[in-house]
Amino acid sequence: MAIWACWLVTVLALVQCWNILNENTIWDFVYDAPAQAGDLIGRMFPPRWSVLPSLWQPLWDTVNMATLGTLLGVVIGVPVAFLAARNTTPSVLLARPLALTAIVSSRSINALIWALLLVTVLGPGVLAGIIAIGLRSIGFVGKLLYEAIEEVDTKQVEAIEATGASGPQRLIYAIVPQIMPAFAGIAVYRWDINIRESAVLGLVGAGGIGLQLNASVSRLAWPEVTVIFAAILVTVFLSEWVSAQVRKRII
Amino acid sequence: MGDSVSWSPPPLIRNPWLRYGLYIGAAIYLSLALGTLHLNWARLAQGLDRGWAFISAFAHPDIAKHGREIFEGFVESLTMTAVATAAGVAISLPVGLGAARNLVPMPVYLLCRGIIAVSRTFPEIIVAILFVKMFGFGPLAGVATLAFATIGFMSKLLAEDIEDIDASQVEAIRATGAGPFQVLNYAVQPQVMARFIGLSVYRLDINFRESAVIGIVGAGGIGATLNTSFERYEFDTAASILLMIIGIVMVTEYASSLVRGRLR
Repeated sequence: MAIWACWLVTVLALVQCWNILNENTIWDFVYDAPAQAGDLIGRMFPPRWSVLPSLWQPLWDTVNMATLGTLLGVVIGVPVAFLAARNTTPSVLLARPLALTAIVSSRSINALIWALLLVTVLGPGVLAGIIAIGLRSIGFVGKLLYEAIEEVDTKQVEAIEATGASGPQRLIYAIVPQIMPAFAGIAVYRWDINIRESAVLGLVGAGGIGLQLNASVSRLAWPEVTVIFAAILVTVFLSEWVSAQVRKRII
Repeated sequence: MGDSVSWSPPPLIRNPWLRYGLYIGAAIYLSLALGTLHLNWARLAQGLDRGWAFISAFAHPDIAKHGREIFEGFVESLTMTAVATAAGVAISLPVGLGAARNLVPMPVYLLCRGIIAVSRTFPEIIVAILFVKMFGFGPLAGVATLAFATIGFMSKLLAEDIEDIDASQVEAIRATGAGPFQVLNYAVQPQVMARFIGLSVYRLDINFRESAVIGIVGAGGIGATLNTSFERYEFDTAASILLMIIGIVMVTEYASSLVRGRLR
């Protein structure tokens, strides 16, 4: 009975949603979507490969944004994770909720929105992109790492404590060795995601290949867009391959 | 006491050549990468004031000034999220079934894996640009984008779940003389349903977050409102939108973890 009530509510909500959507859509534009798609593909081919040489610099910037951003995210995210984990936090009442709030805020806001914000504050450029990627990575690294810290084997911790180790020694000799593989995996995985994200950050002015993409889309230079898509795809595949290789070695 | 031994923990990478090679490589890369930053200190100093203005805007977020736009933006975002998740999940069911190697013949498997690969490769925002060009500005392009991304995500995870199911249950049902649909219904579905519902709820959560972003390129939702407020330097409005996004994400994340916890 409860299940059917749930279904009823879901269907009603969807119908209502569809009504809202219907009001805000100009259907004439939708009806010619297939024609538009055909037109788009017609314009995108053949690709203008001659723009490729001018893409190396933005691609380098993109990779740098992802790497330095990941580094920034890791440097801030690791202490946050230790503050957030129940078994390492200095205070459950103060530090833990603060760290968890930082993690949730960072996770709920996409790197593009951070970039949008930082571009208005810092001006367009790679730096805004790096900080945006870093801010977004804090939550990711922090969340996964604090979960790993909470799951460490308590026997090893007790054994180290039994030798009379101080608080920092307990961290270094009992907890850090246990979370090291998880940490390396998380960092590389985030780097891989960050390559994807930094490829599009340029759309809001934060440097990298997205800047070129934005320029080409605005000029309706679709043959160039094809080449840029291809460049992004190859970069994403390469980074995914590297990340998969590294994670395979670690685990 | 001359023979005291000092112990140090074993390094993460055992081979010293590889270890120091990696350290040196990392140092060279860092100096190169930092060298291409081209920092403009004058512009940065100017930005600090604005940065402070933005941070202090969080202390007094202003919803009232553009209350109507914000409200409409959020309604649109939530609408897009709901419709796109429902449509995406509905489409991902057959695609996911087709991408499970233990259920279907090779051609169907390759076709469905191809759909998944295409959907997962492009970032949402790029898909959104293309859909905005096709469908025109507005929430429908956003719905199409989110549904498209949902298909890749859900189908891949569903297919992997199905490939991991207990084969003996499938055999047992098959031994009773069941047809392919009966096998699906009585052997496969009970094993993957709980996780599939959990993943759908999780995807709902992701889609809301993404819906806040794709508005930047004209695909409707709160992202468009947010973009406008940044362009006008109305930090108090932007801060209130960001705080509301964080609040809604926290609620949906809590709700989705609650649902997933009960399913387990």
